[in-house]
Amino acid sequence: MKKNQTIEQAIAAIPSGARVMIGGFGNPGTPFSLIHELLRQGQTGLTLIKNDANEAGHGISKLIENGQVSRLITTHIGLNKRAIDLMNQGQLDIEFHPQGILAEKIRTAGAGSFGFLTDIGLDSEITRPEDLLDWQGQTYKVEMALSADFALLHAAEADWLGNLVYRGSAINFSPLMAMAADHVIVETPSLAAPGHFRPEHIHTPGAFVDSVVSLAQLTSDYGIIDHHVRR
Amino acid sequence: MMSVAERILSRAVNEITPGSIVNLGIGLPSRIMHYLPDDFDVQIHSENGILGAWKQAAPEAMDPFLIDAAGAYVSLGQGASLFDSAVSFAIIRRARLDLTMIGAFEVDSAGNLANWKIPGKFSPGIGGAMELAQKTRRIVVLTNHTDKYGKPKILHTCRLPLTAKACVSRIITDLAVIDVTGDGLVVREKLVDISDAELQEKTEAELNFATGEGPHDTA
Repeated sequence: MKKNQTIEQAIAAIPSGARVMIGGFGNPGTPFSLIHELLRQGQTGLTLIKNDANEAGHGISKLIENGQVSRLITTHIGLNKRAIDLMNQGQLDIEFHPQGILAEKIRTAGAGSFGFLTDIGLDSEITRPEDLLDWQGQTYKVEMALSADFALLHAAEADWLGNLVYRGSAINFSPLMAMAADHVIVETPSLAAPGHFRPEHIHTPGAFVDSVVSLAQLTSDYGIIDHHVRR
Repeated sequence: MMSVAERILSRAVNEITPGSIVNLGIGLPSRIMHYLPDDFDVQIHSENGILGAWKQAAPEAMDPFLIDAAGAYVSLGQGASLFDSAVSFAIIRRARLDLTMIGAFEVDSAGNLANWKIPGKFSPGIGGAMELAQKTRRIVVLTNHTDKYGKPKILHTCRLPLTAKACVSRIITDLAVIDVTGDGLVVREKLVDISDAELQEKTEAELNFATGEGPHDTA
């Protein structure tokens, strides 16, 4: 089945109030074009799940600054002072997780399981007494799986069956989110016919993907961020 | 004269042993890479999904889809690999890292580390720090000896929410190299000309001074 859709059709499937996973660690993997369309369509009350908040004025920070996001489930927002300010002012609800625990919660949902046991953060304030489980003489923290209604992802290459290939450090959370969301929307600047990839080189099999949006070109959002270049 | 950061970094680079796997935290630690010889045998792990990250790529080779966790446009060493975030943290939690160098808001005499939250002021978030601090075999903290108001950052007991308990092996500041031991904090080296009394004055935790140590000694 061909899964290509226009960007308008693909994003129109998302209602206000949806829980949306968004790929990317910093810029790489952030689906800027899908995010722009979500900004344009204006859905509100969104819960976003993303490693970071991008930088002020970029990526999901635009959705946050536009008041479309009520809650952000994340690991680190240190590069986005706007997001920190909104959090401190009580205008944005932020839930922090250790980065690998967030990844594993998403992976666990993606694998069809419901939770796992860990010792990470056992002694810290992120662990509540009700999260603890004594089992066979050891104390563990229970981490529940984390799923979502939608995932928005960027793939370097895709075919119209939804097979995906990521590039560089843009892999990060994307293959995990592809597995954990009920409806997966992918943007790609390079859409091929099936058979284009060597089967063993595919990172995400098409079974997890619902719609593929072909991008005519990548905007400047995807380029080098000058202040991260060391002179 | 070396800046405070240069003094910390030029000492900290000696912590990296050949053949090791090392994670360098955001901020000061990530700059250590530039103090290593180009052919140094090390694999730098970056928690966004790289084993074998190396110095910033040449301008024509910079790839906007390849950054380290600090956002730098790194190159890849021979034999590097790229993977997703679950695999990246499996490497960390399975204790495959030999060394993590990391920043601190506060560190204390028991080796407790606080570096993710100053309630109501600056809460950048946990990032990879909790898992790195809890699971890496050796944690070396790089920090200014005092904060921007001149207050000690090496405390008797951390006051901020902890990242991890009893995880720090060594603290390298702009003034000294201090080990966390079963007998408390032991000053191994001084990086500037400073008396024991002056160093103690800038440190809330009680310091033990290894005998026979003078300025610039290398223990």
